[in-house]
Amino acid sequence: MRVGVVTFPGSLDDADAQRAVRIGGHETVALWHGDHDLLGVDAIVLPGGFSYGDYLRCGAISRFAPVMTEVVDAARRGMPVLGICNGFQILCESHLLPGALIRNDHRKFVCRDQRLRVENVATPWTSAYKQGSEITIVLKNGEGGYVADEATLDRLEGEGRVVVRYLDDNPNGSLRDIAGITNDRGNVVGLMPHPEHAVESLTGSGTDGLGFFASLAAATFA
Amino acid sequence: MARVVVDVMPKPEILDPQGKAVLGALPRLGFSGVTDVRQGKRFELEVDGEVTDEVLASVAQMAETLLSNPVIENFEVRVERGEDA
Repeated sequence: MRVGVVTFPGSLDDADAQRAVRIGGHETVALWHGDHDLLGVDAIVLPGGFSYGDYLRCGAISRFAPVMTEVVDAARRGMPVLGICNGFQILCESHLLPGALIRNDHRKFVCRDQRLRVENVATPWTSAYKQGSEITIVLKNGEGGYVADEATLDRLEGEGRVVVRYLDDNPNGSLRDIAGITNDRGNVVGLMPHPEHAVESLTGSGTDGLGFFASLAAATFA
Repeated sequence: MARVVVDVMPKPEILDPQGKAVLGALPRLGFSGVTDVRQGKRFELEVDGEVTDEVLASVAQMAETLLSNPVIENFEVRVERGEDA
């Protein structure tokens, strides 16, 4: 598959995301925030970082970057889209995913290996995992507290749209320990932890994140 | 020229960690009697010509689209007259 990784001004993890995509067995295509063009990709990753310096709100300016018009259209047509950390914030600001991310309740930046449970393996980004698998991947954010109103949270839970949930300590005050969610169609996934930093045993906490990038092939060719 | 002000505040039910940090700092500095602090944003928009209902509606749209995130924030639009400034 050809997987586009969007670079915004202030993206930090685009190179790691591209690398994870390649290790997952795909071709990466660099997409530029200022272009109205997805270059024919089959899936899209919005990487982590501090796009537009997190000015106004995290992801608020990126949402209106030229490339996002195409990303939103493609997502609505069913193209797999994965938003990691700042990418998750952008997906929420774009209304592709419900809710919002606010400053961590303890007001400190958190950077640690985080245990998670994968609770939805029906998305194109998580189909390589077993339902309920417990994985450890890096989490690093200052504004990762997931919030939504009670009705939205109940709907997410009821429809099985919580994709990953924090285990052990809740690292940022996210309601109901939610670490990542999907849209009602299941093609758009956003999460605060960074699976792209956990794809090689040489660095980081292990290879538990690789499933996010290996899933894509399984989902497409199934 | 006129100034239109947009105040954006976190919704009451949304945790405001920044406001909490300020609240925690006040007693350390010897200020007492403050029971809660909420921190928001104030935008000052300088607009050309008369501030008509149309202009205000357009600013409200800006506030809803970009200046605030309606999921977590409320906003208020008001005109600041020159003589009050």
